[in-house]
Amino acid sequence: MVTGRVTSFVILVVIFAAIIYNMQRAKTRLPQMRRIAGLDAIEEAVGRATEMGRPVFFTPGMGDITTSTASETFAALEMMSYTAQLTARNDTGLIVGVAIANVYPLSEQVVEQAYLQAGRPDAYHDDMVRFLSPTQFAYASACMGIIEREKVASTIMAGRFLAEAMLLAEVSSQVGAISIAGTGSEYQLPFFIAACDYTLLGEELLAAGAYLARDPVRLGSLAGQDWSKLLALVMVLIGAIMVTFNPKPPLLDLLKK
Amino acid sequence: MRREVPVFLAGAVGVLMIIEYFFNVPLMRSWSTEIQNWAVIISAFALGLGAVGLARNHVARISQKKPDSINSVLLIVTLVVTIVSGIASRTNPTFLFIFNNVITPLGSAFYAMVAFFVASSAYRAFRARSLEAVMFLVAGTIVMLGRAPVGEIIWKQFPVITEWIMKYPNLAGMRGFQIGVAVGVIGVGLRVLLGIDRSYLGGEA
Repeated sequence: MVTGRVTSFVILVVIFAAIIYNMQRAKTRLPQMRRIAGLDAIEEAVGRATEMGRPVFFTPGMGDITTSTASETFAALEMMSYTAQLTARNDTGLIVGVAIANVYPLSEQVVEQAYLQAGRPDAYHDDMVRFLSPTQFAYASACMGIIEREKVASTIMAGRFLAEAMLLAEVSSQVGAISIAGTGSEYQLPFFIAACDYTLLGEELLAAGAYLARDPVRLGSLAGQDWSKLLALVMVLIGAIMVTFNPKPPLLDLLKK
Repeated sequence: MRREVPVFLAGAVGVLMIIEYFFNVPLMRSWSTEIQNWAVIISAFALGLGAVGLARNHVARISQKKPDSINSVLLIVTLVVTIVSGIASRTNPTFLFIFNNVITPLGSAFYAMVAFFVASSAYRAFRARSLEAVMFLVAGTIVMLGRAPVGEIIWKQFPVITEWIMKYPNLAGMRGFQIGVAVGVIGVGLRVLLGIDRSYLGGEA
């Protein structure tokens, strides 16, 4: 094994086991799930756009599917699929702004399939999913331009965002759009909290797929994640107690292996 | 088959990457490097696809004579000029001119705008309408004063309190958030590896 990664491997196996066990368990006993306001608000956002006769703007951020931001991007695609199904059913306009080239064909596929699944393949058109630019501020200016020009009624931002987060959220607010944002970036999250109507805090975004699908197996995986967080909490407490009494506990060397 | 093959490939590549990360297996390492090289090549093609999609959308806007189609004309012209000059050579004077005198200053100007947007957003967020907003307002004000030189002139303790806020409540919150995200990432990763999360193929939310 690679030196220094033994503990990480053991923890990964434990988390995998907790999630798989809970996925199996959920087939017979559905876990309790708290409401996630940001995800419930998607329906409200699309409904508002339908009433106002204006489009919904969705962007999956600057995360790629080949980097450490892949999970956030997959979660954003889940939300995109759900949003597209709602806009298809309500006959509401949808504009998807994409920054990353790898995400562009996936977004096209997701939106097209969502319209097909909603029984409205005729309502889908090529102009819905727009590749903007992989350059950060070119992408930001393109998104801002679309939000301003199209006077969107709702803006949904999900995925990995950088400094452009503030610009997009604030422009949405200026045009009077209802804004829903979710990211796993701890540095951009405060901006979203300050500027958006609803914010999905990191893990809430990553739970989007399971929450929206209401599929027992996927909901079970969320229960497994909760067990893993409990384990992390216990480890933090044990670590804090040990370090309080002995600044260099022997367990520390073991964890570094 | 249309869905099974991509799901199998995603799972197999994911498992291979995990094994390569944790174990010293030379064969896996070479496969992993090869797959990562493929990813770079596929990304390059995807960028080409994106550029074609962008051009297609804007040409359609021009031909339909939509309002603001002048922006589309500008986009097509600059896209073609930048691509042609960039392909010719990375040191092509036209390409360098566009990069140094258009792209870089525009990027900097946009970044500078963030400060103004933060100010207007903070004004709305700091309205003390709830206990959370009051806490946000108080902590934000103390940290701002503690970070600015004028804060220390007003009261010597501002930087000390700021340091405490950043080091304990802020860091504790950040760590909690990071643990939640890390576990969530593992959960999504496992669901993709097992083929349970397949909405990236479209059609299943």
